[in-house]
Amino acid sequence: MFEGFEGGRLPAAFMSAGTSSFTEFLSSVSPEMLPGHKLPAGGGTEHLTPDATTIVALTFPGGVLLAGDRRATQGNVIANRDMEKVFRTDEYSAVAIAGSAGIGIELARLYQVELEHYEKMEGRSLSLEGKANKLAQMVRGNLGMAMQGFVVVPILVGFDENTGVGRVFSYDAVGGRYEEQRYHSIGSGSVFARGSIKKLYRDDLDETGAAKVALQSLYDAADDDSATGGPDLHRKIFPLVDVITEDGHRRLPVEVVARLATEVVEGRAEHPDGPTVELG
Amino acid sequence: MPFYVAPEQQMKDKADYARKGIARGRSAVVLQYEGGILMVADNMSRTLHKISELYDRIGFAAVGRYPEFENLRLMGVRFADVRGYQYDRRDVSGRQLANIYAQTLGTVFSESLKPWEVEIVVAEVGDTADDDEIYRITFDGSIVDEQGFVAVGGSSEHVSTQLKDRFAADAPLSAALNAATRALARENGEERELEASNLEVAILERSRQHRKFRRIQGRRLTALIEEGKAGGAAAPGGDSTEDEADE
Repeated sequence: MFEGFEGGRLPAAFMSAGTSSFTEFLSSVSPEMLPGHKLPAGGGTEHLTPDATTIVALTFPGGVLLAGDRRATQGNVIANRDMEKVFRTDEYSAVAIAGSAGIGIELARLYQVELEHYEKMEGRSLSLEGKANKLAQMVRGNLGMAMQGFVVVPILVGFDENTGVGRVFSYDAVGGRYEEQRYHSIGSGSVFARGSIKKLYRDDLDETGAAKVALQSLYDAADDDSATGGPDLHRKIFPLVDVITEDGHRRLPVEVVARLATEVVEGRAEHPDGPTVELG
Repeated sequence: MPFYVAPEQQMKDKADYARKGIARGRSAVVLQYEGGILMVADNMSRTLHKISELYDRIGFAAVGRYPEFENLRLMGVRFADVRGYQYDRRDVSGRQLANIYAQTLGTVFSESLKPWEVEIVVAEVGDTADDDEIYRITFDGSIVDEQGFVAVGGSSEHVSTQLKDRFAADAPLSAALNAATRALARENGEERELEASNLEVAILERSRQHRKFRRIQGRRLTALIEEGKAGGAAAPGGDSTEDEADE
């Protein structure tokens, strides 16, 4: 029925008052199920898992938006065209990952369970700060893998119910946690995406405006970074765009993103470098 | 010299002890309504819950000694989350959880001196009303697959009889809540007025995305109770006259 389910009872740990953390609990009952539990010895780990690429996050009054392209690469090969690297983690937060895809997806899945587990055990959800710190610990837990080349860098966005604003947190490979103001981008195309957002961002963007900025910046990233995929109108593959506001998490419907992305692509037919800003 | 106690006597004593313990507390009911499954408990506390979420589609209701069923709840949440993480979210079922609970309670009942004074319900909302599952697990580990509605607690038989007359699987939420509170209010033959502050109410909502479990409290609960009462009085037929006679 269940590993360790012997003599009609689950292991004692299941019933102990103990921890409200899923990761901590799992490491005590079934550590082999945690990602990166057993580290292989030796190097030569390149190209074992594809790399996930560009993610952008930006805040707007009353919310926050997270968008990611869909490409995963393995060296010069496109490993996957329609990968999902943006994840809803609970009602008021979402994460996206860049770096080693295999590890990153597992980390995001574990983090989802972690937040929900805490909420069910304690009867209330973690504060946004608490969520951000928890993710930092989990990234730090992956340090051994990162040293071998499996670097995973997540980005966390969330709506802070106490203050009513959207917030963005970025991480480095050792679990350093940095709160970003207004907007941020991670992944191989992030340099280009960030430059693009910098010029297009306004403090009074609404949700659709923010989505347009995100799609423009992802287009710019795809334009200059071979590992980032642009909107694929022929295959109908578009970036994933998640929005979190007071009303909770919502993934923009494919039709909406398709319409906005098509506008961006058509606009580029006229102006290949995209919208320009006024000097002055 | 140790006394010899016949096994039959020992089991009977334990069962009596557990029943007495459970009878000291208030009851809880779980029933289907048109949009899913409704769970209602008579509970004064707003923080020490008798009704909780186990997983996406699965809810938990319990009566008896709080620390004992709280232990069972934690176990269920942990089991479900490990299962769901190991395989897929759809691979966690109410039946598995009910079995785990039954085996755990059965082992405790036969092996330890003091049985647990709890009675629990595991309910899973399906894609359609026919796929809904409601399991009742008693202190000795017996498990019953209930149809439509179930009452647990000291005077569950009495509450069950009350509920049977008013239960309809396709009733709107306010009517189902009204039926549940009326059944609970007539527990032990007495008659009380149950208000929002005495009730712990939650639903497993079929149409909801991701996690189906939702608590109903505060203004929404008060409004639903009012709506249920008004609906009951306005409904044609014998039921409404009975309602008026009650008040």
